[in-house]
Amino acid sequence: MDHKDKATAIFKDNLQNFLFVLPAFAIFCVFYIYPFYKMINLSFYDWRGIGPMHFIGLANYKELMGDNLWWNSMWHAGYITLIALVFQNPLAFALALACDQQIRMKRFYRVVFFIPPVLSQLVVGLIWNWILNPEMQNGQHIGFLNHFLYSSGFPQLVHDWLGDPKTALTTIAIVNSWQGFGWGFIMFLAGLQTIDKQLYEAARIDGASAWKTFTNITMPMMLPVILVVIILTILGCMQVFVLILALVNEGLVNHTDVPVTRIFSAMQNTNRFGYACAEAVIFGTILVCVSFITKRVSDKAKQA
Amino acid sequence: MLMRQSLTICSFFIFGLLAGCSKPPSPSNNILLWHWMTDRNDTFQQFAQEYQKETGVKVTVELFAPSDSYSQKIIAAAQANVLPDIYGILDKKSIVADFIKAGLVADLTGAMEADGGAWANSLFDKALSDRSFVAGNVYGVKPGIYGVPIDVTDIQLIYNKKLLLKAGIKEPPKTFDEFIKDAQALKRVGITPFVSGWGELWLLDCFTSNYAFNIMGEEKIFATFRGEVKYTDPDWIKVFSIFAELRDKGVLIDGIVTKGNKYAEQDFALERAAFAFNGSWCVNVYHDMNPDLDYGVIPPPPISTAYPLKIWGSSGSSFVVNGSSPNKDKAIAFLKWLTAKEQQVVLARETYNLPSNKEAISVISPILEEFAKGMDESTHPNIWPINEDPSVSEAFDKGIQDIIIGEKTPQQVALDVQKVKDLKMSKGKN
Repeated sequence: MDHKDKATAIFKDNLQNFLFVLPAFAIFCVFYIYPFYKMINLSFYDWRGIGPMHFIGLANYKELMGDNLWWNSMWHAGYITLIALVFQNPLAFALALACDQQIRMKRFYRVVFFIPPVLSQLVVGLIWNWILNPEMQNGQHIGFLNHFLYSSGFPQLVHDWLGDPKTALTTIAIVNSWQGFGWGFIMFLAGLQTIDKQLYEAARIDGASAWKTFTNITMPMMLPVILVVIILTILGCMQVFVLILALVNEGLVNHTDVPVTRIFSAMQNTNRFGYACAEAVIFGTILVCVSFITKRVSDKAKQA
Repeated sequence: MLMRQSLTICSFFIFGLLAGCSKPPSPSNNILLWHWMTDRNDTFQQFAQEYQKETGVKVTVELFAPSDSYSQKIIAAAQANVLPDIYGILDKKSIVADFIKAGLVADLTGAMEADGGAWANSLFDKALSDRSFVAGNVYGVKPGIYGVPIDVTDIQLIYNKKLLLKAGIKEPPKTFDEFIKDAQALKRVGITPFVSGWGELWLLDCFTSNYAFNIMGEEKIFATFRGEVKYTDPDWIKVFSIFAELRDKGVLIDGIVTKGNKYAEQDFALERAAFAFNGSWCVNVYHDMNPDLDYGVIPPPPISTAYPLKIWGSSGSSFVVNGSSPNKDKAIAFLKWLTAKEQQVVLARETYNLPSNKEAISVISPILEEFAKGMDESTHPNIWPINEDPSVSEAFDKGIQDIIIGEKTPQQVALDVQKVKDLKMSKGKN
């Protein structure tokens, strides 16, 4: 084979590879890259979704910097995320540890714990709307929680959980954690089952205590899984939306606003598509930054 | 061999893409209609079949629900210029105006005024004016009729006769003071007085504007929108104070500020509250939830005698014809057929909605008739010469929620709303 034939063969080979990749690449460009570019582009315009677009440069971003409602919504999403990180994930980890032991009915528990995450957020919203219903009929509390509190001798705790600004966001955070902990549970359980049992056996022979085994074997081996669960929790909780819509509709004044409800409101209620895109760009950037920071911190923890 | 395979895959892909970039549609005997009305879908499908039998024109009816998703779909389709022949715009009048200016909505004035205005005269004026633009309108739209109402709706106060009697109330209230007294009587016998879906801001906005019309009259409201009257004006404080009074007297159901209208409808249908603020579509909903529910309809009781209390009433659902559709005439003919007496009678009977055709009103149920009476005293943002900026409206409605949950006083809310208004006005000047 002379040099020319060889070059032709390489070209054909490359072309062939390129042609195989082309459909996937084109789909990626059309459905991911282009909308992403379009969103950034629109954030520099004043546009009502239809009709003429007016280029306004960075005006949307400037306005966003001073928009207290937007930054409050960011704090609300942060609070929901914090509740999930502090309570939901440790609980999921603890239950995964328990189900990894030789306990009775562990398959049953696995199924039960995994039911909430497979439910639609709308369904979860409906269920919890019934549980948290603050109304009364014929002197009886309609909502399960208030009925339970009242009949258990705690009438002073009966409350409008979603209608009071002091409790609304925490209630939403708890419902969100209730739904979300099943994912963490399954991922932790899968991670625990990949740890070589011989390591535990060796630790037992060496006389290591349960705590030592946990801190020196389980935790280090589980760090990559914990990192993934933390990142997914942050991304999932920061973007909570449907659950809030299902629980409090357009929100309890602005006490239950989160970034996605603000973006939705900018598009749906005030028809400010450009502003909504600017909000989405800032929000996306913050999420990417948080994910990177979490990864860096976790990498450092692994090295330590 | 591999090369041939990869070329085949690519060819399929490219042909697929090219198929999406088809030629502009040409005139045909098929009309495509997109709607959002789950309760009317079966009837529409049935109409489509009948229409094809009668005229040979095939109407394809496609349902996209819920209405929020439908709205987004319409906006996206408008941007991509793939709107169907007939569709509805569930948005503010300013957005409807944008659609018209973009050539996406056909001017129906000619068809409406043909034969001495036969089609226009057959429909309720209020419903038609809701879909019309008058000369010199602020949106800069050429005057004309741009939509066809297929039903009309108004929003009033509904009362449960049985629960009122239980509290010793024989007649529904005629004034706001009587309403508050009745609410106290209801509370004394353990009945929740009032429910509404005020988690949906538009419904709260509607209730508020009813009383704003009653307290200060429309001129002052429009002057406020123009920035000539401040929200801190005593009349506006009076409007905000209504909600403080409703809260303090325990009139409102618990959790009203986060309650969706579907839940509010359920509460009223299951007799958990004696009064509800809801639209005429509720007749259909209550019939499904509790066919034995015994209720009546009145306008919200006025708080002042200074000006008449106006209720919101307009075309409930309406369709427009795609301005760039090659089947424009066929689409208009179908809508004319759909709003004729025979079809409107069927729609009213099957779906318990108020028909848009005046002649069809004679066959409606007594409760719908009570709603129909309210159309004379109705108004709607779509027929107002000016509307408030959406950001100010949002601050206004959220402010009222603030009053209801006891976080702010009417005066504080008035100041907050005025701040947003001032900001918008200063931006407008720049």
